[in-house]
Amino acid sequence: MQSDQLAVEARAKKQSDALCYHCGQSCKEGDYLTDQKSFCCYGCKTVYEILNENNLCEYYDYEANPGVRFEIDNDDTFAYLDEVRISEKILLYNINGMSRVQFYIPVIHCISCIWLLENLNRLNAGVIKSEVNFAKKTVLIDFNSNQITLGKVAALLASTGYKPLINLEAEAQPKNRKYDNTLVLQLAIAGFCFGNIMLLSFPEYLGIDHADEKLKQVFSYLNIFLALPVVLYSGRDYFISAWKSFRQKQVNIDVPIAVGILVLFVRSTSDILLQQGPGYMDSLAGLVFFLLIGRWFQNKTYESLAFDRDYKSYFPLAVYKQVGEEWKACIIHELKKGDVIRIRNKEIIPADSLLLSEFAYIDYSFVTGEANPVKVIAGELVYAGGRVTGQSARMTIVKETSQSHLTSLWNNDVFSKPDRNNYKSLIDRVAKIFTWSVLGLALATGAYWYWADAERVWLIVTAVLMVACPCALALAAPFTYGSMLRVLGNHGLYLKNADIIETMAGVDAIVFDKTGTITHGSNAIAWIGNISKDELIKVKSVASCSTHPLSILIAKSIKEKELTLTQFDEFPGRGVQGLVEGKLIKIGSAEFTGQQPLSDHAASRVYISIDGDIKGYFELRTTLRPGIKVLVEKLGYRVKALLSGDSAADEIKMKSVFQPYTTMAFLQSPQDKLNYISGLQKKGNKVMMLGDGLNDSGALKQSDVGIAVADDTGVFTPSCDGILSGAQLDQLDRFLDLSKSALIILKVSLGISLLYNVLGLSFAVTGHLTPLVAAILMPVSSISVVVFTTFMVNLVAQRKLS
Amino acid sequence: MTIIILLIGISLTIALIFLGGFIWSMKSGQYDDTYGPSVRMLFDDKSKKKSKKS
Repeated sequence: MQSDQLAVEARAKKQSDALCYHCGQSCKEGDYLTDQKSFCCYGCKTVYEILNENNLCEYYDYEANPGVRFEIDNDDTFAYLDEVRISEKILLYNINGMSRVQFYIPVIHCISCIWLLENLNRLNAGVIKSEVNFAKKTVLIDFNSNQITLGKVAALLASTGYKPLINLEAEAQPKNRKYDNTLVLQLAIAGFCFGNIMLLSFPEYLGIDHADEKLKQVFSYLNIFLALPVVLYSGRDYFISAWKSFRQKQVNIDVPIAVGILVLFVRSTSDILLQQGPGYMDSLAGLVFFLLIGRWFQNKTYESLAFDRDYKSYFPLAVYKQVGEEWKACIIHELKKGDVIRIRNKEIIPADSLLLSEFAYIDYSFVTGEANPVKVIAGELVYAGGRVTGQSARMTIVKETSQSHLTSLWNNDVFSKPDRNNYKSLIDRVAKIFTWSVLGLALATGAYWYWADAERVWLIVTAVLMVACPCALALAAPFTYGSMLRVLGNHGLYLKNADIIETMAGVDAIVFDKTGTITHGSNAIAWIGNISKDELIKVKSVASCSTHPLSILIAKSIKEKELTLTQFDEFPGRGVQGLVEGKLIKIGSAEFTGQQPLSDHAASRVYISIDGDIKGYFELRTTLRPGIKVLVEKLGYRVKALLSGDSAADEIKMKSVFQPYTTMAFLQSPQDKLNYISGLQKKGNKVMMLGDGLNDSGALKQSDVGIAVADDTGVFTPSCDGILSGAQLDQLDRFLDLSKSALIILKVSLGISLLYNVLGLSFAVTGHLTPLVAAILMPVSSISVVVFTTFMVNLVAQRKLS
Repeated sequence: MTIIILLIGISLTIALIFLGGFIWSMKSGQYDDTYGPSVRMLFDDKSKKKSKKS
């Protein structure tokens, strides 16, 4: 027993500094050695072996450790793609066995990825050609469907770690792309017209008074002609948005912009046609051009940080339906009431159904945020959106469903923040005040000039509305937040949207989850005791039915394939038990398995007993993330609590990290965590919760800023506001500081843009706004705001993060 | 001075041709992936690699 432990430790030490040859993660976990190269998991090793067999190890030449860590799925995961109805939807064309398909593969990230995916034909001769689109993370594959089926192509991709995400609503994606193109086209046309209008306005700029009047006239008419596409095409979205917000009786920043564009155009056209002046077409085109640049920048930023964990990709596309004696894949929306379906482990239930299996564990965390799987007994209803954990379950459908029904489930209020609807971002609040004061000012000036010089009312009021157009104001937020999102993304913090930065700046209470957040995900695991291999497999079979982090670790540490259970029970906080081949396996705390607990608290222990025989225990050493202690010190009093769902085994270790004023609570259920956070919020705190995803989804949802800490950023957490890569957790204090700086920068730039507006208005109100003044003022204000925000954000980020 | 009007006409036409060119290149997808092609040309030829190994 003792020697066992020593051997395990020695092995762990020897490998502790090794990096997985495939994916670059440090590998302490297991013993995966091939060709003198160490791998962190079975998955990585398999991929290497596949590549090695096919002489594709060039893959590792282009970039070091290019691989992607993944879990191996069952081989038939993609079998449903071979159903004709499904493949029809996905294939781009299929003529005489020549098929083309486009897969979306979010993990594409480097040169090696491109290389491997474009050499798929060396892995399987059925693939004719494959081409990667790096920007969109898609791969276009031509294959011979007589040699390889669509399902096999998908499985081939998955076997190399590039698992495609398949979404039957993928038709929505090209639309998306078209929209992006539209913006660029709008921008191009606005820029083209802007340049030409400026050129044609030269005589005005240079004040050539004796120039041919007729020539000036022609130039002005050309300007109207050039401004038309700017207003009608490029500026279209502002009118639409303003109209929408007007109908909802709200005022957003697009309202004054739309008014400004419209007034500029009408006034300029009337000036030109009535031969009262050259008009402000150059300002108009410039305004739209700069605004569109801002919008384009914002889109680019979101695109590069896309939260592409699109929840729809988690929907099952097809499930196995019982037809006679057979199980056949069937597309979800063809399911009818009364159909019998089989849902496997980790699959999502597509429709409200009645359970036929004896029992099943359903995880409703996507729907309700509650993390503990619920046990359902035969004859009870299970609801769409739940996820089967553990054994596969048979059920009969009682209510037909559609993808959109599932979508609406996931868009449930549960996942939108409780007070988000009332929450107005800084820029919206400013816009509201701004719009009303501009309208008020226009009225007031109009009234004054009506008394003073009634003939000039029209000119002056339009001048006020034109110059008040909040171009710089509209650019301030996208550029400040956009640059900040970019900086944070480069350092491993991916936020859902820009508003989160504002909320983050106000955070004054931070709550940590323990396992997976403070402690590292990849724990060193050691078995102490006597157990045969067969028994170990049984232990794995039981452990793999539970979603507890420790069970998952144990199941992962045993490599063999699991057996089916005849019975399974989970006792939260104590352990799990299951019946495998007539043997009762108990996994859990010492008391649960009937053993004497060891008195020291050096590590978490999970005890095993089989048919009442005490076999021994797994010892899991939870290692602290590096830098966590320093981080906690820096955060100081903001660290309010450590909430852990596990036993107090690590309390002493945690005490060395956290200060006495930090509450430490163990054995917390997800509901307890949620309650604790809402308690803090009632006290007026803005709470940031850091958890490891689904297990904490309730708490992440409740908190003002819920950050999922993930070692593998592919984890999907519908209720979180951001994903922080585990290795960057120690930078958290800096991220918080940065968000505060971002808010200050935004406020200063708002001040700058308002200053320009005041300056312009003072010209307008007094009736001195000449086209030349407008033409200078507008671009200068926009450019200076953009330059200021971008420069400041990068300066601050460089100071704080280096 | 009519020559200026003629020149303006010509310059606008040329500019419009370039704008049209840009729109065409945009629509035909030349800007869809600006990273892939730049690395793809650096990959060794498959056939060469194979013959070297065998």
